[in-house]
Amino acid sequence: MCDDCGEMTDTDNIEAFTPRRATRSSEDRILGGVAVGLAVHFGVDVMWVRGGFLLSSVFGGFGVALYAGLWMILPTDARFDESAPGIAAASRQGKRPGRSSKLEDVGPLIALAAVALGIVVLVQSLLGNSMIFWPILLGTVGLAVLWRQADEAQRERWTDTTGRIDPLRAVLGKGGVASYARLAAGVALLLGALTLFAAQSGPTGVAREVVIAGVVGVAGLALTVGPWLFRLAGDLSEERAARVRSQERADVAAHLHDSVLQTLALIQKHSDDSRTVAKLARAQERDLRSWLYAAEPEPETSVASALRAAAAEVEDGHGVPVEVVTVGDTATTERVLPLILAAREAMVNAAKHSGAERVDVYAEMDDDQAEVFIRDRGAGFDPGQVPVDRLGVRGSIVDRMARHGGESTIRSALGEGTEVRLAMTTRLEPRPGPRAEGAS
Amino acid sequence: MARRSVVIVDDHAMFRTGVRAELADKVEVLAEAADVDEAIQAVLSLRPDVVLLDVHLPGGGGVEVMRRVGTRSPETKFLALSVSDAAEDVIGTIRGGARGYVTKTITGPELASAIDRVADGDAVFSPRLAGFVLDAFAGSIAVAQVDEDLDRLTEREREVMRLIARGYAYKEVAGKLFISIKTVETHVSSVLRKLQLSSRHELTRWASDRRLL
Repeated sequence: MCDDCGEMTDTDNIEAFTPRRATRSSEDRILGGVAVGLAVHFGVDVMWVRGGFLLSSVFGGFGVALYAGLWMILPTDARFDESAPGIAAASRQGKRPGRSSKLEDVGPLIALAAVALGIVVLVQSLLGNSMIFWPILLGTVGLAVLWRQADEAQRERWTDTTGRIDPLRAVLGKGGVASYARLAAGVALLLGALTLFAAQSGPTGVAREVVIAGVVGVAGLALTVGPWLFRLAGDLSEERAARVRSQERADVAAHLHDSVLQTLALIQKHSDDSRTVAKLARAQERDLRSWLYAAEPEPETSVASALRAAAAEVEDGHGVPVEVVTVGDTATTERVLPLILAAREAMVNAAKHSGAERVDVYAEMDDDQAEVFIRDRGAGFDPGQVPVDRLGVRGSIVDRMARHGGESTIRSALGEGTEVRLAMTTRLEPRPGPRAEGAS
Repeated sequence: MARRSVVIVDDHAMFRTGVRAELADKVEVLAEAADVDEAIQAVLSLRPDVVLLDVHLPGGGGVEVMRRVGTRSPETKFLALSVSDAAEDVIGTIRGGARGYVTKTITGPELASAIDRVADGDAVFSPRLAGFVLDAFAGSIAVAQVDEDLDRLTEREREVMRLIARGYAYKEVAGKLFISIKTVETHVSSVLRKLQLSSRHELTRWASDRRLL
């Protein structure tokens, strides 16, 4: 067990800088999810981004090129979606709601598209019918449809559990009418663009036209196949990473199953002692729950996590469930450590002396202040006459908080339970005195 | 008071049996269902007062049941019952139309009173759900400009939520704030409404982002 302990301590202070990456949205998208992805990345409303793309597409076509480029390069956010195992498993088995199309988003887009079309027609009527305009428009739409199909196929590859990738599946995904239709429509539009172009260019300069048509054909092919190749390569490395992750998870699962077996064995042994059984079940439940549904940060970095860890210890030690609810979070610094210790002491007191069936802990934290309430519905006591066996209240809670510049209030009455309130500023301003540099 | 009629929806047979036994003398269990289709059929044919709805359910989850039942059984209220404490599940289910959310470790009597409360049209907030709400609706507004701002909580609603998060029962909240239980229920229902109707993007984004922190 303790082989690991030594290795874990030194690396804590080094925090790797991970740059924020823009991704294409796979949830709210209309075409490739580029606009939504950018809107999230830059924190602006998505309609502005969409409007920008449309306007710059209409005037000179830069928007189309930019959109296409981003579509090709940006990864979808689906690959960064790492849910906790329980949630991921429920999603895979279809026990959770999947993505849903958002019809209400389409309204403003139709309006924008109508405006864009109007401008196109206006430009056309002012400048006369450009020969290459309609072929280019047709070709662009065709490409967009094909790329969309590439996205769908990619998504299906990820959720595909067979692990095989054959070329047909890579292009069509699971098949289905929609993917064939998209493929056919895309190719038809592209061919239409070429035909229109050839028809418009007329009999003169045939040689030049053939050369251009050839170039366009090759370029079109490259553009069509490009995304597939690009993403296939991406998927391969992603799959390698996924394999490593799944092995790690398998290890954890093995460890957990082992601990469940131990708990079950213990429960059988203590089946006549309901208190021990409840305690064991509770501890095991907490263990499983935190693994399945929460990605718990290290107690060293999160006060919420430190409080939950303290509550877990008290639960195990005294056999009384301690429910922790936290709002917000802040880093565990030397400054808030006394608060956590005092809160722990208050939990111990409640679990040990109150006789209550449950202890509720509520913590609210931001960057300025942390406030913790520890409440039980037990026997209560007269705060004016603290019994000798409750010295913990005086020394570990009240005095400790006062010593470190925090506050503590204890409300209690015989028969009505107890509530302890602890508060402390968490701001890291240098304190007067020799230890001015404070905590790191 | 007439016993409430209940349909239990959960894909674990053992759990359904357990809940049924626990509730046997307090409510009338009409039927059990193990997936989305069974649940919809049971709700539409039996029209129970309350559906105990598991969040993770084959066929698209509890949210799918509420979506497809829609307005076809208006008298039926949904109470989500789940082993998952994950924020995205809790918020997603409430926004899907559930009148409350409790975890499966809830005791029999507590569950029975939650069913009563939901059947009466009130909302059931566990301390954890109240904590999520406070987290999601950070920042409050002055009472003067309350009204129809669905994206924020009033100071009073915030106080009620904080007390619930601290483990206070509705009655105790009422005593502490010197208001009636009815008023507490009104505040809680109004928070539920905001949770369901608020259009702010951050709400769902918050739920899916917070585990990345």
